[in-house]
Amino acid sequence: MTAVDHAIPDQVADPVAPGGLVPRAASRGARGALRLLAVLVLVAAFAFPFAVMVTTSFKTTGDIFHAPPQFWPTSWTLANFRAVFTEMPFWRYLGNTVLLCGLNVLGTLLACPLVAYSLSKLRWRGRGPLLVVLLATMMLPPQVTLIPVYLIWNHVHAVNTYWPLVVPAFCGTPFLIFMIRQFLINVPNELLEAARIDGASELRIYWTVVLPLARPALATAAVFQFVWTWTDFLNPLIYLNSTSKYTLSIGLYNFFSEHGVDWGPLLAACVLFTIPALLIFLAGQRYFVEGIATRGLK
Amino acid sequence: MARPDRMAYPDHAVRPARAARPGRRSRARRSQLLWGLAFASPWLIGGAVFIAYPIGVSAYYSLTNFNLFQSPQFVGLANYRAMAADPVFWKSLENTLYLTVTGVVLTLVLSLGAALILNLPVRGQPLFRALLYLPTIVPVVVTGYLWRWLMNVQYGWVDRILGLLHLPQPDWLESPTWGTPAVLLMTLWTIGGPTIIYLAALKNVPRELYEAATVDGAGPIARFRHITWPVISPVTLFQVIVSVIAYLQIFTQPYLLAQTHLNASTGGPGNSMLTYSIYLFENAFVYLKMGYASAMAWVLFLVTMAVTAVVLVTSRRWVHHDGR
Repeated sequence: MTAVDHAIPDQVADPVAPGGLVPRAASRGARGALRLLAVLVLVAAFAFPFAVMVTTSFKTTGDIFHAPPQFWPTSWTLANFRAVFTEMPFWRYLGNTVLLCGLNVLGTLLACPLVAYSLSKLRWRGRGPLLVVLLATMMLPPQVTLIPVYLIWNHVHAVNTYWPLVVPAFCGTPFLIFMIRQFLINVPNELLEAARIDGASELRIYWTVVLPLARPALATAAVFQFVWTWTDFLNPLIYLNSTSKYTLSIGLYNFFSEHGVDWGPLLAACVLFTIPALLIFLAGQRYFVEGIATRGLK
Repeated sequence: MARPDRMAYPDHAVRPARAARPGRRSRARRSQLLWGLAFASPWLIGGAVFIAYPIGVSAYYSLTNFNLFQSPQFVGLANYRAMAADPVFWKSLENTLYLTVTGVVLTLVLSLGAALILNLPVRGQPLFRALLYLPTIVPVVVTGYLWRWLMNVQYGWVDRILGLLHLPQPDWLESPTWGTPAVLLMTLWTIGGPTIIYLAALKNVPRELYEAATVDGAGPIARFRHITWPVISPVTLFQVIVSVIAYLQIFTQPYLLAQTHLNASTGGPGNSMLTYSIYLFENAFVYLKMGYASAMAWVLFLVTMAVTAVVLVTSRRWVHHDGR
């Protein structure tokens, strides 16, 4: 895991790092300008669709259906946003989604570190095989288990409830368990041994020593789980039938479908739907990037 | 007994562990086993209920005729034979393989290119990296609608930009030829994940190697070919496997891009956006052919394993291991 340890501080320190900014010669300056141009073109290509979404949501119908498309509205309007709140129960969907996100994050934070601790710091027979099984399940296409799991929930009459969308998080997600495990491996054993010699039970060691130390990994896991639940489409699509239980994903999907192509309000709803994920991302950006880097360099 | 006062300060002086007497050892081992199982229990239970049992049952369902309302009827390999004779199945497989091959190659090229650019010494890179990653956290429903709008023939920006560059302006959402590339274009917007992974890998290339090569007169292209590419090749292997699996399972993006109105057919023009997973989903939850869908899931699993195995075997030729 040394790879990650090196990678992250580097990334933070990078913008003031070697060469580029030192005004040594004219050719240096030209090269710097070329570099900046390359970065700007790249970023513009990826940010542009996003920008189009935002400016379109403030356009009047006349501006939206203007060929060829114009980037800026000729006159700015909030009508599309007002339409979102009158044409769909936005607050209800938002409340449902926040509730599901909260429960899923809670489940992840309860279950994943427990399992990760068992797979990293407890020495027991069967630990190695269990880790292999855990990693193997990450390879299994979810399509294989999709139908039987649906039938289980159908059998216990839990379709069209939140149970199928919440319970799995309380069992732990292999990817997040693995990520926290990779973090816990680096916790020095001496800390745990010292507590053990003092007669602390494993549960107490876990609670008072391991969890506080694992805080960065837990934050990463929480951010991941939040964004997954927030953006999840397939599971709510399969399990939720009544409009009153819809999440924003499915609500938005239905909004589009029923209203044909009412682009202004639709894109306004898209903007509103993206903002919370964006805020969480900006707040937890560091954790997010670390989590992805861990995954890539395991 | 636990002593809470000491527990609050876990990093006090470490004392050597007491030598365990032989009789105690087995008891200690059993207690360790119990603790290990106890801590792992959430996933042991979850894995049994949501993974192990479903795998077994799914294999059985794949050999049955099952519509949810009647109990499954054993039909042997009939579902697999029906699949072989089902043109829509083959069309969905063809679309998916086409998306996988082009998607994986383009994902690698674009994410590595983006990572190289975002690794340049330019002020403000953390912000630029965040902007490139942004599309990845946009809810996928939003991505689907946004790109439906961008690919609109009259009012969309994709064709507008192609027009400004004097390139052909296809009817992305109506033409059977352009349906699959439309899905591809949309998914390539979200290459933030692989890019960040490549960035981390690039940070890992020892700087001394570049310096030594520069002294030897190697240009940027030679440095990339002989230093960067070999050093990051294990990460490339990882990225190939992850994106192959993701593309083989692709569902939501084409499903949303193909949707014109409520309960419309989800295949797009001429079924050009019908991926394997969409067809599987339709069989399961629209036609309620649970047996057939389960059989499809198993074929997908086998295809995934086969493709991954091919990637791993051929990777020996191009992945560089430095013995770490």
